[in-house]
Amino acid sequence: MATTIRTVSLLPAFPILTQLLFLLPIAAGLFGVLLPALGYLPDLGGNQFHFEIFSQLLEHPALPHAVWLTLFSGIIATILSLSLAVLLAAMLSRESLTGNKKNKKTSLFAIIRRGLIPLIAVPHAAMALGLAFLVAPSGWIVRWLSFLFMGWETPPEWVTVQDPFGLSLIFGLVLKETPYLLLMILAALQQIRAQEYIRIGQSLGYGNSLSWLKLVLPQVYPLIRLPVFAVLAFSLSVVDVALILGPTTPPTLSVLILRWIDDPDLSFRFLASAGAVLLLLLTLGSLIFWRFSEWLIFQKCRNWLSNGKRGNVNEVHNLAALSGSLLLGTAFLSLLGLAFWSLSLRWPYPLVLPQRWTSRNWERHWSSLQETAFTTLEVGVITGIIALFLVVGCLENEQWRSVRFSLRSQWMLYLPLLIPQATFLLGIQILAVRMEMDGTFLLLVWSHLLFVLPYIFLTLADPWRNLDARFPKIGQCLGASPLRILFHIKLPLLLKPLLVAAAIGFAVSVAQYLPTLFAGGGRFATLTTEAVSYAAGADRRVIGVYGFLQALFPWIALLLALAIPRWRFRNRAALL
Amino acid sequence: MLKLENISLKIDGNPLFSRLNLEVNAGQVTTVMGPSGCGKSSLLAHLCGTLPSVFQTSGKIILHDRTLDNLPPHERKLGILFQDDLLFPHLSVGENLAFALPAKIRHQERRDKIEQALEEIELSGMYERDPASLSGGQRARVALMRTLLAQPEALLLDEPFSKLDQELRGRFRKQVFAHAVKNRLPTLLVTHDPADAKAAGGDILSL
Repeated sequence: MATTIRTVSLLPAFPILTQLLFLLPIAAGLFGVLLPALGYLPDLGGNQFHFEIFSQLLEHPALPHAVWLTLFSGIIATILSLSLAVLLAAMLSRESLTGNKKNKKTSLFAIIRRGLIPLIAVPHAAMALGLAFLVAPSGWIVRWLSFLFMGWETPPEWVTVQDPFGLSLIFGLVLKETPYLLLMILAALQQIRAQEYIRIGQSLGYGNSLSWLKLVLPQVYPLIRLPVFAVLAFSLSVVDVALILGPTTPPTLSVLILRWIDDPDLSFRFLASAGAVLLLLLTLGSLIFWRFSEWLIFQKCRNWLSNGKRGNVNEVHNLAALSGSLLLGTAFLSLLGLAFWSLSLRWPYPLVLPQRWTSRNWERHWSSLQETAFTTLEVGVITGIIALFLVVGCLENEQWRSVRFSLRSQWMLYLPLLIPQATFLLGIQILAVRMEMDGTFLLLVWSHLLFVLPYIFLTLADPWRNLDARFPKIGQCLGASPLRILFHIKLPLLLKPLLVAAAIGFAVSVAQYLPTLFAGGGRFATLTTEAVSYAAGADRRVIGVYGFLQALFPWIALLLALAIPRWRFRNRAALL
Repeated sequence: MLKLENISLKIDGNPLFSRLNLEVNAGQVTTVMGPSGCGKSSLLAHLCGTLPSVFQTSGKIILHDRTLDNLPPHERKLGILFQDDLLFPHLSVGENLAFALPAKIRHQERRDKIEQALEEIELSGMYERDPASLSGGQRARVALMRTLLAQPEALLLDEPFSKLDQELRGRFRKQVFAHAVKNRLPTLLVTHDPADAKAAGGDILSL
């Protein structure tokens, strides 16, 4: 633009402020965890730098198994989630291509998609709690089996939840990560002209699925690499799901770190810090390993891409239908189970439905529920508003000054999602204690912002950039200032994506466990921290109450985000 | 009077046109013609100040006594009509017009002005209507009135007739030119349709 405008000249401050808000806590967190890992923490008498804590860590009897478990569950969960998401996306684009509504199997995928995508909003912990009841030896599946076929008087002596191999942990992660990756792939498909490539493939004699694999996937993958990395890093360092579904003796590394932090003997904090550094190294190592494998697979497959074999891969169709339905069914039953438990007075084994229903569980916990729900709402809404403000500022900066968001900035947005939470949050907590900032609301909101802002940005960026640029232009020619254009043209036109992004940001905030625990210094109880802490207890009714409400919160936000624009623009046909 | 002095437009160093000189007097319609891609729409965007920064420009734009080159788009007082009506879909017909009306006109006077404007374009009583429910001709008239209500000092027309059907086109063209004459607006029309240029009746310049 040839001219500078006063309000526009303030815009460059937004990306700079955002970068500072991001890099400062992450750098401080890494710093704060590295010092105690090297023995330096004056408050606890560590005045010298040395490597003894690391040798202590490596000699810890639980460590080798914990490391193995962490890598196994994290990598397998990522591979499974990615494969399932790719499979389902391939089937979905095949359906939109043929547009055959009569074929039952194809419409099944539309149902799977419609069911799976909203699962993104369900907090990990709620899903894990529901799943735990579903697959437990005395859980719903066994009860139905017993009721229908087996007639088991007592629960079978299987170990399903918290199994030593972390299989239920993997399942719980796959349940949450597949919908996320599926959404990312579907978004990426719109950026490349996928349907045209499939048509070309078909006209050259390749089947639909094979065209997808050979022509579309190689183009899509680079676009979803960062989300895949985020899934891998998350799976390696997840705490809440691992606490609920993961093995206990020994647990995964992140849970082990949490145990050391909670140890009454404060000197265990040194060990926890060293463990957190190790977790960071494991995550970075896994990301590099994954990138290298990508490259290797691509090299191996280059020939396969152009070997001219047309082949038939129709078997995958059934596999996709089966696994997609299985995922959707499991997720649905998990949440339904939570709802049932929250409303049951007595529900002993082997009954498939509660013996007596009651609202007593809700009434008994009402006052503490209100309090935790309010804290959850407060943090989520305030964080969401700050994040929206920053994101809109960054996007406006991009448009008015016609600078493109660089790849570097995109990596920075993903940084909090790539570095293990346990690592830098522990460091932040250690520094915050020193600065007497721990347990403050400011720190809590700031820590949530690190995870909320990236998702809000990623949701809002495309709709914002795709808004017909002629609307703001004609606004300018009608004499409207940039600020007036923002508030009277852009924000109203983008009301729906704006609210959806806010709802997703809110859902992310609701789901945060470790940030709430660490940055909140244990002083703020949200629905998630309460639900996870009750998970250790045996009362499934209380778990049901907290878990269900936790799952309900983001849903309400999402429903509002969809309903408000519909109501607001009920008389505006072009926007419905 | 709208005056262009030595206007040159380049993209990536390739000139679209150079050293364009033009004078349009009040109430006069000058037509710029040329095939698509010759830079005629970019010329109008440059006048408005909304040309993307990939273009390099030089020259001087003068409207009455003001030099526009260093003014932000919203202070230039140039009204523009595009091929599409670009009515804001989230506002009602009346609100679309009110968006253009200067803020210093307030309260009842504001509402009266809008009602009067609606009457002038034969849309009386349609303040609350959804623009999406109007016919193509009605929408075009709202777009024209919206541009005029911003009280521009010159009018730029970026092929605003090309998407209308034959019958509507002739009528709307007459309306636009009549308003230009009535408001004594120097008007610059960009088109590739010789019939438009003929109807404009002013100077014709080929790019």
